[in-house]
Amino acid sequence: MTYLLLFLEFFKTGLFAIGGGMATIPFLYEIAGRYDWYTTSELVNMIAISESTPGPVGVNMATFAGYLAANVPGSILSTFALVLPSYLIILIIARMLDKFQKNPYVKNAFEGLRPTVVGLLAVASFAIVKVTFLTGTVKKTEDLLNFIDFKAVILFIILFAAVMKLKKHPIIYIGLGALAGILINL
Amino acid sequence: MKEYIELFTSFFKVGIMTFGGGMAMLPMLQAEIVDKKGWATEDELLNYYAVGQCTPGIIAVNTATFVGYKQKKTLGAACTTLGVVFPSLLIIMMVAAFLGNVSEYPIVQNALWGIRVAACALILSSIIKLFKSGVKNLFGMIMFLMAILVTGVFGITSVVMVIVAIVAGNLYRMILDRKGGKS
Repeated sequence: MTYLLLFLEFFKTGLFAIGGGMATIPFLYEIAGRYDWYTTSELVNMIAISESTPGPVGVNMATFAGYLAANVPGSILSTFALVLPSYLIILIIARMLDKFQKNPYVKNAFEGLRPTVVGLLAVASFAIVKVTFLTGTVKKTEDLLNFIDFKAVILFIILFAAVMKLKKHPIIYIGLGALAGILINL
Repeated sequence: MKEYIELFTSFFKVGIMTFGGGMAMLPMLQAEIVDKKGWATEDELLNYYAVGQCTPGIIAVNTATFVGYKQKKTLGAACTTLGVVFPSLLIIMMVAAFLGNVSEYPIVQNALWGIRVAACALILSSIIKLFKSGVKNLFGMIMFLMAILVTGVFGITSVVMVIVAIVAGNLYRMILDRKGGKS
Protein backbone atom coordinates (compact mmCIF):
# COMPACT_ATOMS: atom_id res chain seq x y z
CA MET A 1 0.00 0.00 0.00
CA THR A 2 2.85 2.39 0.86
CA TYR A 3 4.30 1.71 -2.58
CA LEU A 4 1.10 2.65 -4.34
CA LEU A 5 0.69 5.84 -2.30
CA LEU A 6 4.33 6.71 -2.86
CA PHE A 7 3.93 6.30 -6.58
CA LEU A 8 0.74 8.38 -6.70
CA GLU A 9 2.11 11.21 -4.53
CA PHE A 10 5.30 11.60 -6.53
CA PHE A 11 3.52 11.22 -9.86
CA LYS A 12 1.31 14.12 -8.72
CA THR A 13 4.38 16.13 -7.70
CA GLY A 14 6.01 15.53 -11.08
CA LEU A 15 2.81 16.45 -12.87
CA PHE A 16 1.98 19.69 -11.07
CA ALA A 17 5.35 21.18 -10.08
CA ILE A 18 5.98 23.66 -12.90
CA GLY A 19 9.30 25.46 -13.28
CA GLY A 20 11.99 23.15 -11.95
CA GLY A 21 13.19 21.30 -8.86
CA MET A 22 12.51 23.98 -6.27
CA ALA A 23 8.85 23.98 -7.30
CA THR A 24 8.52 20.50 -5.78
CA ILE A 25 9.18 21.74 -2.21
CA PRO A 26 5.56 22.78 -1.43
CA PHE A 27 4.42 19.31 -2.52
CA LEU A 28 7.02 17.66 -0.29
CA TYR A 29 5.75 19.72 2.67
CA GLU A 30 2.23 18.59 2.00
CA ILE A 31 3.37 14.96 1.90
CA ALA A 32 5.18 15.40 5.22
CA GLY A 33 1.91 16.55 6.77
CA ARG A 34 -0.24 13.81 5.30
CA TYR A 35 1.93 10.71 5.85
CA ASP A 36 4.43 9.62 8.47
CA TRP A 37 7.18 9.01 5.90
CA TYR A 38 9.31 11.92 7.11
CA THR A 39 8.88 14.93 9.40
CA THR A 40 9.17 18.56 8.35
CA SER A 41 12.52 18.87 10.12
CA GLU A 42 13.77 15.84 8.19
CA LEU A 43 12.55 17.64 5.08
CA VAL A 44 14.73 20.66 5.87
CA ASN A 45 17.73 18.32 6.11
CA MET A 46 16.68 16.62 2.88
CA ILE A 47 16.68 19.93 1.03
CA ALA A 48 20.14 20.84 2.39
CA ILE A 49 21.57 17.45 1.46
CA SER A 50 19.96 17.47 -1.98
CA GLU A 51 21.55 20.82 -2.72
CA SER A 52 24.98 19.63 -1.60
CA THR A 53 25.10 16.36 -3.54
CA PRO A 54 25.43 15.90 -7.30
CA GLY A 55 22.29 15.57 -9.38
CA PRO A 56 19.30 17.79 -10.08
CA VAL A 57 17.82 19.00 -6.76
CA GLY A 58 14.27 17.91 -7.57
CA VAL A 59 15.33 14.35 -8.36
CA ASN A 60 17.57 14.19 -5.28
CA MET A 61 14.74 15.25 -2.98
CA ALA A 62 12.32 12.69 -4.41
CA THR A 63 14.90 9.91 -4.11
CA PHE A 64 15.58 10.88 -0.51
CA ALA A 65 11.91 11.09 0.44
CA GLY A 66 11.29 7.68 -1.13
CA TYR A 67 14.19 6.19 0.78
CA LEU A 68 12.87 7.49 4.10
CA ALA A 69 9.40 6.17 3.29
CA ALA A 70 10.31 2.68 2.07
CA ASN A 71 14.05 2.17 1.71
CA VAL A 72 15.71 1.27 -1.61
CA PRO A 73 12.52 0.17 -3.43
CA GLY A 74 10.87 3.35 -2.17
CA SER A 75 13.56 5.61 -3.59
CA ILE A 76 13.50 3.88 -6.97
CA LEU A 77 9.71 4.10 -7.07
CA SER A 78 9.46 7.76 -6.06
CA THR A 79 12.15 8.82 -8.56
CA PHE A 80 10.46 6.86 -11.32
CA ALA A 81 7.06 8.33 -10.43
CA LEU A 82 8.48 11.88 -10.33
CA VAL A 83 9.97 11.76 -13.83
CA LEU A 84 7.22 9.75 -15.52
CA PRO A 85 4.83 12.72 -16.15
CA SER A 86 7.63 14.88 -17.62
CA TYR A 87 8.75 11.99 -19.76
CA LEU A 88 5.26 11.39 -21.16
CA ILE A 89 4.43 15.08 -21.64
CA ILE A 90 7.73 15.87 -23.36
CA LEU A 91 7.32 12.84 -25.63
CA ILE A 92 3.96 14.24 -26.76
CA ILE A 93 5.38 17.76 -27.23
CA ALA A 94 8.49 16.47 -29.05
CA ARG A 95 6.28 14.50 -31.40
CA MET A 96 4.09 17.56 -32.04
CA LEU A 97 7.15 19.75 -32.60
CA ASP A 98 8.39 17.25 -35.17
CA LYS A 99 5.10 17.61 -36.98
CA PHE A 100 4.68 21.38 -36.63
CA GLN A 101 8.32 22.37 -36.95
CA LYS A 102 7.71 23.82 -40.39
CA ASN A 103 4.52 25.59 -39.30
CA PRO A 104 5.24 29.35 -39.59
CA TYR A 105 3.40 30.23 -36.37
CA VAL A 106 5.42 27.74 -34.36
CA LYS A 107 8.64 28.95 -35.97
CA ASN A 108 7.78 32.59 -35.23
CA ALA A 109 6.86 31.71 -31.65
CA PHE A 110 10.30 30.21 -31.05
CA GLU A 111 11.83 33.24 -32.78
CA GLY A 112 10.34 35.28 -29.93
CA LEU A 113 10.96 32.66 -27.24
CA ARG A 114 14.69 32.16 -27.71
CA PRO A 115 15.88 35.67 -26.76
CA THR A 116 13.24 35.73 -23.99
CA VAL A 117 14.56 32.51 -22.47
CA VAL A 118 18.10 33.94 -22.45
CA GLY A 119 16.68 36.77 -20.32
CA LEU A 120 14.80 34.34 -18.06
CA LEU A 121 17.96 32.30 -17.55
CA ALA A 122 19.92 35.45 -16.71
CA VAL A 123 17.34 36.23 -14.01
CA ALA A 124 17.36 32.65 -12.70
CA SER A 125 21.15 32.70 -12.44
CA PHE A 126 20.92 35.76 -10.21
CA ALA A 127 19.56 33.56 -7.39
CA ILE A 128 22.78 31.50 -7.47
CA VAL A 129 24.90 34.65 -7.66
CA LYS A 130 23.16 35.97 -4.54
CA VAL A 131 23.87 32.91 -2.36
CA THR A 132 27.43 32.72 -3.66
CA PHE A 133 28.62 36.29 -3.23
CA LEU A 134 26.41 37.81 -0.55
CA THR A 135 26.79 36.58 3.01
CA GLY A 136 23.66 38.16 4.45
CA THR A 137 21.10 40.89 3.96
CA VAL A 138 22.09 44.48 3.42
CA LYS A 139 20.30 46.96 5.67
CA LYS A 140 22.39 50.10 5.10
CA THR A 141 24.60 51.03 2.14
CA GLU A 142 27.71 51.16 4.36
CA ASP A 143 26.98 47.54 5.36
CA LEU A 144 27.47 46.51 1.75
CA LEU A 145 31.21 45.88 2.05
CA ASN A 146 30.79 43.39 4.89
CA PHE A 147 28.15 41.43 3.06
CA ILE A 148 30.13 40.71 -0.07
CA ASP A 149 32.24 37.56 0.11
CA PHE A 150 35.45 38.96 -1.39
CA LYS A 151 37.23 35.61 -1.39
CA ALA A 152 34.42 34.29 -3.59
CA VAL A 153 34.64 37.33 -5.88
CA ILE A 154 38.39 36.88 -6.39
CA LEU A 155 38.05 33.14 -7.02
CA PHE A 156 35.22 33.92 -9.45
CA ILE A 157 37.34 36.35 -11.46
CA ILE A 158 40.15 33.78 -11.74
CA LEU A 159 37.82 30.92 -12.69
CA PHE A 160 35.80 33.01 -15.13
CA ALA A 161 38.98 34.16 -16.91
CA ALA A 162 40.07 30.50 -17.10
CA VAL A 163 36.68 29.37 -18.44
CA MET A 164 36.70 32.00 -21.19
CA LYS A 165 40.36 31.53 -22.13
CA LEU A 166 41.02 27.79 -21.79
CA LYS A 167 37.64 26.41 -22.91
CA LYS A 168 38.13 23.14 -21.01
CA HIS A 169 35.35 20.77 -19.93
CA PRO A 170 33.16 22.14 -17.05
CA ILE A 171 34.11 19.14 -14.88
CA ILE A 172 37.62 20.62 -14.55
CA TYR A 173 36.35 23.93 -13.17
CA ILE A 174 33.91 22.22 -10.79
CA GLY A 175 36.86 20.15 -9.49
CA LEU A 176 39.11 23.20 -9.23
CA GLY A 177 36.37 25.10 -7.42
CA ALA A 178 35.89 22.30 -4.89
CA LEU A 179 39.65 22.06 -4.29
CA ALA A 180 40.04 25.83 -3.94
CA GLY A 181 37.11 25.90 -1.53
CA ILE A 182 38.70 23.28 0.72
CA LEU A 183 42.18 24.86 0.63
CA ILE A 184 41.10 28.48 1.09
CA ASN A 185 38.85 27.72 4.04
CA LEU A 186 41.24 25.33 5.83
CA MET B 1 22.68 -0.63 -29.01
CA LYS B 2 25.87 1.41 -28.83
CA GLU B 3 23.94 4.64 -29.42
CA TYR B 4 21.58 3.90 -26.54
CA ILE B 5 24.46 3.28 -24.16
CA GLU B 6 26.09 6.50 -25.35
CA LEU B 7 22.87 8.44 -24.67
CA PHE B 8 22.71 6.96 -21.18
CA THR B 9 26.36 7.61 -20.27
CA SER B 10 26.39 11.17 -21.63
CA PHE B 11 23.38 12.09 -19.53
CA PHE B 12 24.76 10.19 -16.56
CA LYS B 13 27.75 12.56 -16.78
CA VAL B 14 25.44 15.58 -17.03
CA GLY B 15 23.48 14.38 -13.99
CA ILE B 16 26.49 13.69 -11.82
CA MET B 17 28.04 17.10 -12.55
CA THR B 18 24.89 19.09 -11.85
CA PHE B 19 24.98 20.76 -8.44
CA GLY B 20 21.69 22.57 -7.92
CA GLY B 21 18.85 22.97 -10.39
CA GLY B 22 18.38 23.12 -14.13
CA MET B 23 20.55 26.25 -14.38
CA ALA B 24 23.62 24.43 -13.09
CA MET B 25 23.09 21.84 -15.81
CA LEU B 26 23.44 24.34 -18.64
CA PRO B 27 27.28 24.38 -18.91
CA MET B 28 27.39 20.55 -18.82
CA LEU B 29 24.73 20.32 -21.53
CA GLN B 30 26.63 22.74 -23.75
CA ALA B 31 29.89 20.83 -23.29
CA GLU B 32 28.53 17.28 -23.63
CA ILE B 33 25.48 17.55 -25.85
CA VAL B 34 26.23 20.56 -28.09
CA ASP B 35 30.04 20.66 -28.38
CA LYS B 36 31.08 17.03 -27.94
CA LYS B 37 28.22 14.95 -29.33
CA GLY B 38 26.48 17.46 -31.59
CA TRP B 39 23.08 16.09 -30.54
CA ALA B 40 21.58 19.58 -30.29
CA THR B 41 22.47 23.15 -31.30
CA GLU B 42 22.53 26.14 -28.94
CA ASP B 43 19.26 27.28 -30.54
CA GLU B 44 17.62 23.91 -29.90
CA LEU B 45 18.80 23.99 -26.31
CA LEU B 46 17.03 27.35 -25.95
CA ASN B 47 13.89 25.85 -27.51
CA TYR B 48 13.97 23.02 -24.94
CA TYR B 49 14.44 25.41 -22.05
CA ALA B 50 11.58 27.51 -23.41
CA VAL B 51 9.26 24.49 -23.39
CA GLY B 52 10.60 23.48 -19.96
CA GLN B 53 9.57 26.86 -18.53
CA CYS B 54 5.90 26.17 -19.09
CA THR B 55 5.60 22.39 -18.79
CA PRO B 56 5.44 20.43 -15.55
CA GLY B 57 8.39 18.58 -14.16
CA ILE B 58 12.05 19.13 -13.59
CA ILE B 59 13.84 21.04 -16.34
CA ALA B 60 16.79 18.63 -16.22
CA VAL B 61 14.48 15.72 -17.01
CA ASN B 62 12.54 17.63 -19.66
CA THR B 63 15.71 18.56 -21.55
CA ALA B 64 17.08 15.02 -21.30
CA THR B 65 13.85 13.60 -22.70
CA PHE B 66 13.89 16.07 -25.61
CA VAL B 67 17.47 15.29 -26.64
CA GLY B 68 16.94 11.53 -26.32
CA TYR B 69 13.77 11.65 -28.39
CA LYS B 70 15.45 13.64 -31.13
CA GLN B 71 18.22 11.03 -31.41
CA LYS B 72 16.40 7.73 -30.95
CA LYS B 73 12.68 8.38 -30.37
CA THR B 74 10.89 6.97 -27.32
CA LEU B 75 13.57 4.47 -26.32
CA GLY B 76 16.33 7.06 -26.69
CA ALA B 77 14.34 9.40 -24.44
CA ALA B 78 14.08 6.62 -21.86
CA CYS B 79 17.89 6.18 -21.93
CA THR B 80 18.64 9.87 -21.44
CA THR B 81 16.01 10.30 -18.72
CA LEU B 82 17.28 7.29 -16.80
CA GLY B 83 20.85 8.48 -17.33
CA VAL B 84 20.20 11.91 -15.83
CA VAL B 85 18.45 10.54 -12.70
CA PHE B 86 20.70 7.54 -12.10
CA PRO B 87 23.50 9.41 -10.27
CA SER B 88 20.92 10.88 -7.87
CA LEU B 89 19.56 7.44 -7.10
CA LEU B 90 22.98 5.98 -6.33
CA ILE B 91 24.37 8.93 -4.40
CA ILE B 92 21.29 9.77 -2.36
CA MET B 93 20.76 6.13 -1.38
CA MET B 94 24.36 5.92 -0.20
CA VAL B 95 24.13 9.19 1.67
CA ALA B 96 20.85 8.24 3.31
CA ALA B 97 22.07 4.78 4.26
CA PHE B 98 25.63 5.48 5.44
CA LEU B 99 26.60 9.11 5.66
CA GLY B 100 23.77 10.97 7.36
CA ASN B 101 23.63 14.71 6.92
CA VAL B 102 26.66 15.30 4.68
CA SER B 103 25.77 18.96 4.32
CA GLU B 104 26.95 19.52 7.91
CA TYR B 105 30.54 18.32 7.35
CA PRO B 106 32.87 21.37 7.14
CA ILE B 107 34.86 19.86 4.26
CA VAL B 108 31.67 19.37 2.23
CA GLN B 109 30.55 22.93 3.00
CA ASN B 110 33.93 24.35 1.93
CA ALA B 111 34.02 22.30 -1.26
CA LEU B 112 30.47 23.40 -2.06
CA TRP B 113 31.42 27.02 -1.50
CA GLY B 114 34.07 26.63 -4.21
CA ILE B 115 31.77 24.62 -6.48
CA ARG B 116 29.15 27.38 -6.29
CA VAL B 117 31.74 29.97 -7.35
CA ALA B 118 32.83 27.72 -10.24
CA ALA B 119 29.18 27.17 -11.19
CA CYS B 120 28.65 30.95 -11.34
CA ALA B 121 31.65 31.35 -13.66
CA LEU B 122 30.42 28.48 -15.87
CA ILE B 123 26.83 29.75 -15.94
CA LEU B 124 27.95 33.26 -16.89
CA SER B 125 29.95 31.87 -19.80
CA SER B 126 26.95 29.69 -20.79
CA ILE B 127 24.64 32.69 -20.81
CA ILE B 128 27.11 34.67 -22.92
CA LYS B 129 27.17 31.79 -25.43
CA LEU B 130 23.37 31.55 -25.46
CA PHE B 131 23.08 35.33 -25.80
CA LYS B 132 25.26 35.20 -28.91
CA SER B 133 23.13 32.52 -30.53
CA GLY B 134 19.71 33.58 -29.21
CA VAL B 135 19.76 37.38 -29.39
CA LYS B 136 20.43 38.23 -33.01
CA ASN B 137 18.77 41.60 -33.67
CA LEU B 138 17.01 44.58 -32.11
CA PHE B 139 13.82 42.56 -31.64
CA GLY B 140 15.78 39.88 -29.76
CA MET B 141 17.45 42.52 -27.61
CA ILE B 142 14.08 44.03 -26.70
CA MET B 143 12.68 40.59 -25.75
CA PHE B 144 15.80 39.79 -23.70
CA LEU B 145 15.60 43.06 -21.75
CA MET B 146 11.83 42.76 -21.33
CA ALA B 147 12.23 39.26 -19.84
CA ILE B 148 14.74 40.59 -17.31
CA LEU B 149 12.55 43.56 -16.45
CA VAL B 150 9.27 41.63 -16.12
CA THR B 151 10.49 38.58 -14.19
CA GLY B 152 13.62 39.95 -12.48
CA VAL B 153 12.56 43.47 -11.51
CA PHE B 154 8.77 43.15 -11.25
CA GLY B 155 8.83 39.52 -10.12
CA ILE B 156 6.05 38.41 -12.46
CA THR B 157 5.95 34.66 -13.21
CA SER B 158 7.89 33.57 -16.28
CA VAL B 159 4.79 31.91 -17.77
CA VAL B 160 3.47 35.41 -18.58
CA MET B 161 6.70 36.22 -20.41
CA VAL B 162 6.50 32.97 -22.38
CA ILE B 163 3.02 33.88 -23.65
CA VAL B 164 4.14 37.44 -24.48
CA ALA B 165 7.12 36.01 -26.41
CA ILE B 166 4.95 33.66 -28.48
CA VAL B 167 2.64 36.53 -29.47
CA ALA B 168 5.51 38.97 -30.03
CA GLY B 169 7.41 36.52 -32.24
CA ASN B 170 4.41 36.21 -34.52
CA LEU B 171 3.61 39.96 -34.53
CA TYR B 172 7.22 40.77 -35.37
CA ARG B 173 7.16 38.43 -38.37
CA MET B 174 3.84 39.90 -39.54
CA ILE B 175 5.23 43.44 -39.39
CA LEU B 176 8.40 42.37 -41.23
CA ASP B 177 6.39 40.62 -43.94
CA ARG B 178 4.15 43.64 -44.41
CA LYS B 179 7.15 45.96 -44.69
CA GLY B 180 8.82 43.65 -47.15
CA GLY B 181 5.55 43.48 -49.08
CA LYS B 182 5.59 39.69 -48.98
CA SER B 183 2.03 39.17 -47.78
